[in-house]
Amino acid sequence: MAKGAEPEPKPTRRRSAARRPTAWKVASPLVGDPRKDDKPVYLVDGARTPFLRARGKPGPFTPVDLAVQCGRPLLERLPIARDAFDQVILGCVNVIADEMNPARVAALRLGMGEAMRAFTVQINCGSGMQSIDTGFRLIEGGKADLILAGGAEALSYAPLVLSNRTAGWFGRFATAKSAWERASAIGAFRPDMAKPVIGLERGLTDPITDLNMGRTAEIIGHAFGITREQADGYAIESHKRLARAQKDGHLAGEVIASVARDGTLYDYDDGVRPDSSMEKLAKLKPAFEKPHGRVTPGNSSQITDGASWVVLASEEAVKKHKLEPIARIVDSEWAALDPSVMGLGPTLCCTALANRRGLTRDDIDLWELNEAFAAQVLACLAAWEDEEYCREILGLNEPFGAVDRDRLNVDGGAISLGHPVGSSGNRIVLHLANAMRRLGLKRGMATECIGGGQGGAMLLEVV
Amino acid sequence: MTVSQSIWAVLERRNIELGPEGEATKTLTNWRYTKDEGGVVWLVLNRQDESTNTLSEAVIAELDTVLNELHGMGAKALVIRSAKRSGFIAGADIRDFQGVTELGEVEKRMRRAHEIIDRLDDLSIPTIAVIHGHCLGGGLELALACDYRIAIAGSSFGFPEVLLGLHPGLGGTYRLTSLIDPVEAMTMMLTGRAAHAKKAKKLGLIDEIVEERHVKTAVEAAVAGELKRMSGGLKASVLGLGPARRMAARRMRAETEKKAPKEHYPAPYRLIDLWEEHGGDDSAMQRGELRSFSELLVGDTAQNLIRVFFLREKMKGLAKGESGIEHVHVIGAGTMGGDIAAWCASRGLRVTLTDLDPRAIAAAVGRASKFYDKRLHSNLDRRDALDRLVPDFEGSGAAKADLVIEAVAEKAEVKRKVYQSITPRMKAGAILATNTSSIPLETLREGVSFPDRFIGLHFFNPVTRMELVEIVAHDGASEQSLQRARAFCGDISRLPAPVKSAPGFLVNRALTPYLVEAFVMLDEGIPKEAIDKAAKDFGMPMGPVELADRVGLDICLEVARMLRERLSDPMPDVPKWLADKVKSGETGRKAGRGLYAYDENGKIKREETQKSDGEAARGMDADMADRLVLPMLNTLVRCLREGVVADEETADGAMIFGTGFAPFRGGPLHYARERGAEDIVAKLRQLEDKHGERFSPDEGWQVQENQPAR
Repeated sequence: MAKGAEPEPKPTRRRSAARRPTAWKVASPLVGDPRKDDKPVYLVDGARTPFLRARGKPGPFTPVDLAVQCGRPLLERLPIARDAFDQVILGCVNVIADEMNPARVAALRLGMGEAMRAFTVQINCGSGMQSIDTGFRLIEGGKADLILAGGAEALSYAPLVLSNRTAGWFGRFATAKSAWERASAIGAFRPDMAKPVIGLERGLTDPITDLNMGRTAEIIGHAFGITREQADGYAIESHKRLARAQKDGHLAGEVIASVARDGTLYDYDDGVRPDSSMEKLAKLKPAFEKPHGRVTPGNSSQITDGASWVVLASEEAVKKHKLEPIARIVDSEWAALDPSVMGLGPTLCCTALANRRGLTRDDIDLWELNEAFAAQVLACLAAWEDEEYCREILGLNEPFGAVDRDRLNVDGGAISLGHPVGSSGNRIVLHLANAMRRLGLKRGMATECIGGGQGGAMLLEVV
Repeated sequence: MTVSQSIWAVLERRNIELGPEGEATKTLTNWRYTKDEGGVVWLVLNRQDESTNTLSEAVIAELDTVLNELHGMGAKALVIRSAKRSGFIAGADIRDFQGVTELGEVEKRMRRAHEIIDRLDDLSIPTIAVIHGHCLGGGLELALACDYRIAIAGSSFGFPEVLLGLHPGLGGTYRLTSLIDPVEAMTMMLTGRAAHAKKAKKLGLIDEIVEERHVKTAVEAAVAGELKRMSGGLKASVLGLGPARRMAARRMRAETEKKAPKEHYPAPYRLIDLWEEHGGDDSAMQRGELRSFSELLVGDTAQNLIRVFFLREKMKGLAKGESGIEHVHVIGAGTMGGDIAAWCASRGLRVTLTDLDPRAIAAAVGRASKFYDKRLHSNLDRRDALDRLVPDFEGSGAAKADLVIEAVAEKAEVKRKVYQSITPRMKAGAILATNTSSIPLETLREGVSFPDRFIGLHFFNPVTRMELVEIVAHDGASEQSLQRARAFCGDISRLPAPVKSAPGFLVNRALTPYLVEAFVMLDEGIPKEAIDKAAKDFGMPMGPVELADRVGLDICLEVARMLRERLSDPMPDVPKWLADKVKSGETGRKAGRGLYAYDENGKIKREETQKSDGEAARGMDADMADRLVLPMLNTLVRCLREGVVADEETADGAMIFGTGFAPFRGGPLHYARERGAEDIVAKLRQLEDKHGERFSPDEGWQVQENQPAR
């Protein structure tokens, strides 16, 4: 990073000048030593659907369909009655009109009983982790014993929406009372009003800076000197790791096949491209900043449908239902920063969380850092090795240090699996727990950057 | 949780409008009525000691009393409603029809009933039927005699008389044809199909659909004349003309002939004649209806179909009680397992479906959803049924299910292996059932640690259409498990037939000689079409050759072999070419080719049937039907003697609901009794002389001979 480099986009600079000088902020109420009477919280089990690439039209499942597909077998294999849960919390970003409060719709369709309280959380790419965190804090505080926390997203259902101008015209037409009024309303129609706005594209654009998420990755990729080749190389490795995990059965039990109404079986993450190569990736054009950018469809996360659930339990619930926890949720942390560099979110919340727990980089055995963009993941890693960044931004006397690739996203990530935004945070926590178990490791961190300029992190210990 | 269930337990009684609260103005045995402050009399039917309202003679007679008293009350309007949760009126009380033989007596009773319903029709005050749930047969005829019909959402309307070998007999034929489009009316009466409220509204059969909470307001509006009455429409007047009616009638006859041949099922043809002749002339039609209905009622077809109705009722009676089964785990997602799972989920049970092959599970879900598209009426119902049908790739359901149904390959060692792996995981009190069609339960139960909770639940293919389930006992099965299994049949609207664990149980054992005899005939050179025709002429819904293709020739062969091995029943050898056919993959309809060839929709290919039509009918004679049917009867008598099945009624019901045995004959043993055991034994002897030992009459016929014909 060039010394004294200015943050790139101007709007950000203007805004930050008007605000407090702090570049970032972690969630304050939870900072400090964990209180003594906090109750331990266990991750008992979890399951997800295969993540299915969006193929240009609505996929076979809505968000709630997906939540039902993986929720049913999960609830079935647990020795718990379906109505024994205290509540259901579900992360979902793009809620479809037929499924308002998808958490409650899912709970009812899962047969968890009419008395099951359920609410939906939305913090963009952090939604699936936010649901776990909310459940975690409730159990930790003794307010609940058993919570089903998940994430569901069907990006293939992202709606085509009317522009505001078109919607305004339609409103006038629909409320027109006389024939004259109606005729004049029809006359006001302009052909370009018929052009829908692609909801997904708007959803992936930060409203404050009007930067598409891919551009934020370009910004931090540039700032930390990440090249196109490095990004492509990272992407290929992601596909190889997922392909290997699929082949070796490392996802068994975590990924449960889904069955569409027409009887089609979906039994693996179908975004995987094991035959991906540097040559093939090199042919792809930059997706967001043509023609010079480094972020291409090949080194970005895929637009995908998928859902994931985890079961959280208190010590009492574990005893009562004779559960066998996989991991204990130790702590979590959230951070917020300038939306134009949202990809650096993980460096902030992970560092803060490690500091609070008195942990250094070497104390963390395994990492899941959500692969929004290869350039963004690599920028985070570079930032932790960057003396100036660590000192000025993270407040560390010396760099946090490099996170070993062998300990990071060992079974692939959103670049190969896809990134159903509301589900990913849930998936990385679940997979971190399962992978640590398999590899005989003790402590792990799951973290993601969050569109809009935030980051979330969760610290787990295998039990 | 049930929070909401308990909420509804509290709220439900606030939600039904039966007129003014408090003491009724007058309470009779079945009816009670109360006059409200506006002068409207609410007449409520609540049959004593019955869960469902039906129209019995007593109910109609009491209605007459009420109509008499109405005059002096200064009533402004009359509302008729049912107090039963199950619905308005489910039809005539069939018990009144059972065993009637005197034509004159029937006509007299029917005329009296007509007079009473006509008096209701003639009332000068507005009459309003408020209808929820089922409104069928005589119930609908009563409603048609009212000025207005206000339906509550979810109600259904129909004339199922034709299914009992009858047509409407209480004014329905002319009241319906003059109220709505006569062709629609005739279709309703000819098919017996019920119309849901929405359809009924569209037809003009009802005037309004309301929610229960708006009944009072809706009645007030009707009394005030604010409710628009539906009218017959244009088509009715066109069809008032003879030639138009004749043309329509011809079409109806052709359609009916496809489903119900005239010689076996006279009722629909009588109905068509009646309308063709008198359509538009109510009083002529009424006279004709009275006579025709009475004649049909005392005829064999109606009496036999009424017997079948009671066979069904008896089997339903066996299925009463609590099963304690909410979650069913099905192992094996083949045709049977998959269809059992789909059916159970459609009936509201939670089902986990497992199989070693995930693709088989997925395919079963695909089949289920196709079935739901056809049979479930709303997208919500379809979604819920599919949500209840859980593809269980990990087989976890076994640990939580109240009932585990095993439907894996028909190999004892495969089944035992399944039991070994799941029985230790099953929850206490859960029942393990096998869908085996041929392996004795005594063999399978070895190694099952709880033989008392191990039973057979033998479904028939196609599960979604065949109502029968054989409940197979063995000497270690507990009565409680068997009772729960029977009640489970009630939960899923199937009919249980308790049978002992003997090879082939009841239905397959009796059906196999019938099928094998057809194979022998084929071997003799008799064309398959001729064989099937002989059976269909007897009244079977399809011939034995086609049926064998449906069942699957591989399965027929396997069952025949097994029965020959295990039983002393004399049975002919299965021709070798049949085994070869199976070996070469021509296993029947499922393979696209068996004894017939099939198109991709599973229909018999046309050219196939035409080709052999010209063949010489060697060996064909008048004995063909007897050659096919009598071995079946002979086996049933033997099963009865051996105690495989408890009684004749169960045996008859099982054959009708499990194989479609000509229903208008009232069941195979009933047919034997009607024809006379002596006659059958004589015929068997004659066939024995001609074709061999397999026709040797069973000694059980002696018992039959000693019983008088009904």
